[in-house]
Amino acid sequence: MSVVPAPVARQPWRMLFPLVALIVFGGLVLYSAGGGSWDPYAASHLVRFFVFLAMAFVMSFFTRDIALVLAFPIYGVVLIMLLAVEAIGFVGGGSQRWLNLGFMQLQPSELMKPAIVLVLARFYATLPIGMIPTWRAIVPPGLLILTPVALVLLQPDLGTSLAIVFGGAAVMFLAGLPLRWFVGAAVAAAALAPIAFFFGLQPYQQKRVFTFLDPESDPLGDGYHITQSKIAIGSGGLTGKGFNEGSQSHLQYLPEPHTDFVFATMAEEWGFIGGVAVIAIFAMILGWGLKVARHSADRFGKLLASGMVATIFFYVAINLMMVMGLAPVVGIPLPFMSHGGSSMLTNMICIGALMMVDRWNRKAPRSGLQR
Amino acid sequence: MKRMRRTKQRDHVSQTTLDNAFSRRTFAIGTAMGGLGILLAGRMGYIAIAENEKYELESESNRVNLSLIPPRRGWLLDRNGAPLASNRADFRVDIIPDRTTDPEATVDALVPILDLDENQAADVKKRIADSPGFQPVEVASGLKYDQFAAVSVRLPDLPGVVPQRGYSRFYPTGPAVGHLLGYVGPANTEEFEEQDRNPLLITPGYKIGKDGLEQVFEQELRGVPGARRVEVTASGRILRDLDTREDIQGDPVRLTIDGPLQDYAARRIGLESGSVVVMDCKTGDLLCMASMPSFDPNSFSAGIGRVEYSMLRENERVPLRNKVLKGLYPPGSTVKPMHSMAFLQAGVQPEETITCGGGVRVGNRFFNCWSNHGQVDMAKAIYQSCDSYYYRFAQKVGFEKVGAFAKGMGLGQEFELPVTSQFYGTVPSPAWLEEKYDREWQNYDTVNASIGQGYYLTSPLQLAVMTARLATGLYVEPRLVRDGKKPIFQSANFSREHIAYVRQAMSDVVNGPGTAGRGRLPFEDILIAGKTGTAQVVSLSKSDGKTGPWKYRDHGLFVFFAPFDNPRYAGAVVIEHGGGSGAAYPIARDVMTYMFDPEKGMEALLALEEQWGGSAQERLDSQYRAYAASAGEAVPPVPSRSEAIFDQVEAEARVAARRTEEIANDAIVPRPEANPVSAPRVPTPTPETQATNSAE
Repeated sequence: MSVVPAPVARQPWRMLFPLVALIVFGGLVLYSAGGGSWDPYAASHLVRFFVFLAMAFVMSFFTRDIALVLAFPIYGVVLIMLLAVEAIGFVGGGSQRWLNLGFMQLQPSELMKPAIVLVLARFYATLPIGMIPTWRAIVPPGLLILTPVALVLLQPDLGTSLAIVFGGAAVMFLAGLPLRWFVGAAVAAAALAPIAFFFGLQPYQQKRVFTFLDPESDPLGDGYHITQSKIAIGSGGLTGKGFNEGSQSHLQYLPEPHTDFVFATMAEEWGFIGGVAVIAIFAMILGWGLKVARHSADRFGKLLASGMVATIFFYVAINLMMVMGLAPVVGIPLPFMSHGGSSMLTNMICIGALMMVDRWNRKAPRSGLQR
Repeated sequence: MKRMRRTKQRDHVSQTTLDNAFSRRTFAIGTAMGGLGILLAGRMGYIAIAENEKYELESESNRVNLSLIPPRRGWLLDRNGAPLASNRADFRVDIIPDRTTDPEATVDALVPILDLDENQAADVKKRIADSPGFQPVEVASGLKYDQFAAVSVRLPDLPGVVPQRGYSRFYPTGPAVGHLLGYVGPANTEEFEEQDRNPLLITPGYKIGKDGLEQVFEQELRGVPGARRVEVTASGRILRDLDTREDIQGDPVRLTIDGPLQDYAARRIGLESGSVVVMDCKTGDLLCMASMPSFDPNSFSAGIGRVEYSMLRENERVPLRNKVLKGLYPPGSTVKPMHSMAFLQAGVQPEETITCGGGVRVGNRFFNCWSNHGQVDMAKAIYQSCDSYYYRFAQKVGFEKVGAFAKGMGLGQEFELPVTSQFYGTVPSPAWLEEKYDREWQNYDTVNASIGQGYYLTSPLQLAVMTARLATGLYVEPRLVRDGKKPIFQSANFSREHIAYVRQAMSDVVNGPGTAGRGRLPFEDILIAGKTGTAQVVSLSKSDGKTGPWKYRDHGLFVFFAPFDNPRYAGAVVIEHGGGSGAAYPIARDVMTYMFDPEKGMEALLALEEQWGGSAQERLDSQYRAYAASAGEAVPPVPSRSEAIFDQVEAEARVAARRTEEIANDAIVPRPEANPVSAPRVPTPTPETQATNSAE
């Protein structure tokens, strides 16, 4: 330890090493997906990562008080941006998901994923403990979640809405709300699911679910994605076809080999071993996040950190289930590997928030007295 | 569970219980996350390791596109090894409807590039509409390189269009071999299903034999397809060739047909509708089976076009019917030498005479002869074609016996030949009549049958076989494939004297005081022997057989063999509605002249063709152009299955063959029989003039 200066040693290397490894590995996969070239995917992937990593470092220096103060304003701003997207889409005569900021296309719905976690953590951190089992613990957060979800559903973007609901629900669950509420909600959801399915979903979304249930029914249409993804993963075998040798991605059989199906691209070339390595790295990062949450001294830090972990986890789980044919095709990218600025931004905000909580933990050792 | 109890009480929520709940729930979540991670790893292991083989195969079948190279079809050769059907390298364009987004628009885009006319475009569209989608449809073949290249560069905008360099079937003599060889065309859905969905059949550019020898020898001619493995992208772009296996050409089939003779005979038929069969008496080899008018098999390879089909259908001379095998005609007097042999076998002496007084009384009724021959013995009966003689002796011997003999000579018989179908006609007998028309055999039935009329129906092939058997005294079997073996035929046990007698009488038909004086060959040393025949198709009240509507005119027939004293070749010529035997025997004369001296034969033909307006191929082409020009766009489409076309033709042939039965329920009044007087040896210009000369 003596050789390494203290500020360096203080960094959460347990997370950073696996993360950088994953990013670099992702860069290699994107290099291959780009047809054996750094352009257009791999180089921008790495550049973005380091830009956003710097942002995450900056974030990690925010104090708990600043975070508490900024929570509602941030949520408010993101909500206004969501409204702005709707308004522009309405005026422009077509739906859209992003705001053109001039230097980048920003998807406010992406930012809402960490924002909802932040605002709910803030809400429960200041909610009197006695009110936890009452309506006051569920109605305001419910509104906080459902307002943006409704806006995102209008876009329509089912995947992101689910991610927001999942992040919010995870925070509510960990805030200690009575378990029976969740059980009740689960039962109600199960009962309402068919109704929502037939009346709430767009026909193309319904079709995706059907195709998921039976991909072979439409091997050239909607089932094509799942079928080709499974072929890519399955043909990789134990050790893969070799770097830059994947025929499924290189010959364009695999759709979206650089975004949603980047895992399939990777698995084809690196095989089962590569897949297990990626899953293990995610386990290390998420495990570190959970540890940060458990070691947090106060309720805000705990809920914030665990909510961020849940958000990243949702991405990873849905994406991997999708590419392996365990979930319908929903446009959710794989964190840190898929090419794409918005998803990288969201995930690095989550990482930044975790690093921030980690920093708070060092300064104020765990104590049961603080809320 | 502890927590459940607590929340029910509501009040006892404290910092500690919340912290504990958080620890438990994060632990639960962590466990769930870990569990899902293991599940995902397990799932991946299952796909990538347990099912690896299956997915590897699917990945390979994605990556590698195996395309079949259609095998070059085996050649059909004539007896001397010259090709009757060969292959010609060409450029072609096919379209696979399933891979095309909008076939109509694609065809419209191809029309200007390939220079198709409206009817051709309509044909292609109809074929696409009728096709099951996965089978390629030929748009055009025999393209110029420029057209091929023009399509190739536009391929990105024309999905489903397959330009190819390949081989197409080529019949050098076109219409002359149309009926004999058939033609080739793309397999239809039924054929694809029948042959176990052989992928070769839906390979663009692959054709199977349709009709004729092409169909019969399909398996021999087919060959083994080659294959090319290429790496392709999802959008079908070929990246590179992986490996190629060359195709193996189909085996050639060597026929007994003499190509030049076949062509000559077909051309010599000229404007008439009819057929010429020539066979080798020693081996049974069929040297020539010409049937005209015909179609050009070269133009059928993409399927039969609507203009061509209409033109062929509307022609009353049925160019789609193979008249050698599926034309049935009353043999008329051509059976007389054979009947004479039957009488000889029954003990009739050649010297026995009858008196022909313009006819003869049989039973209680007088039956007419075509002329008044006076005293007639067997030889005179043959060369002068005296009907009375046959009435009398058929009556004496009994027609049942004569009919049985005729069957032995090949009439009413099917032969073991590699053909898609052959009609076997009728040799009437009392039993047959009872069975078929439920009436008793009458004297006039004997009279009619004795001169080859009535219910008698024969095909030109049968007449040729009959003549060969009669000339040699052997049961000659016709054959079409030259396998190198020399067949041995059973003897019919005719005495030498009888054979010589009939041969001489038949020689006298041409070279003596017979009915075919102008049939003599232009050689001093080769004498042809034969027998004329004029078969009546309608009653005298309807037509005199020489003038009036074409379809009411008499058929002209001639059977022959040469040289008369040592028969080498035998054959038959049948000219439908030629107006009498005068239309037939000059053709036989010229064909045999060509046989022995091609140059002399050709001279005679060229003079005739000048009058007719070109060779058979040239006349067919100009007829097509004229028809297409006058028909314009209003041409109805072709039946989608070519089998349907030929089934229809065959059905109509059966109906046509039985038309003469209408006049069989009474005695016919025989027509004048050809030229009784010898004429100079110069070829007379047209069959029409000869026919008029022939009347007495």
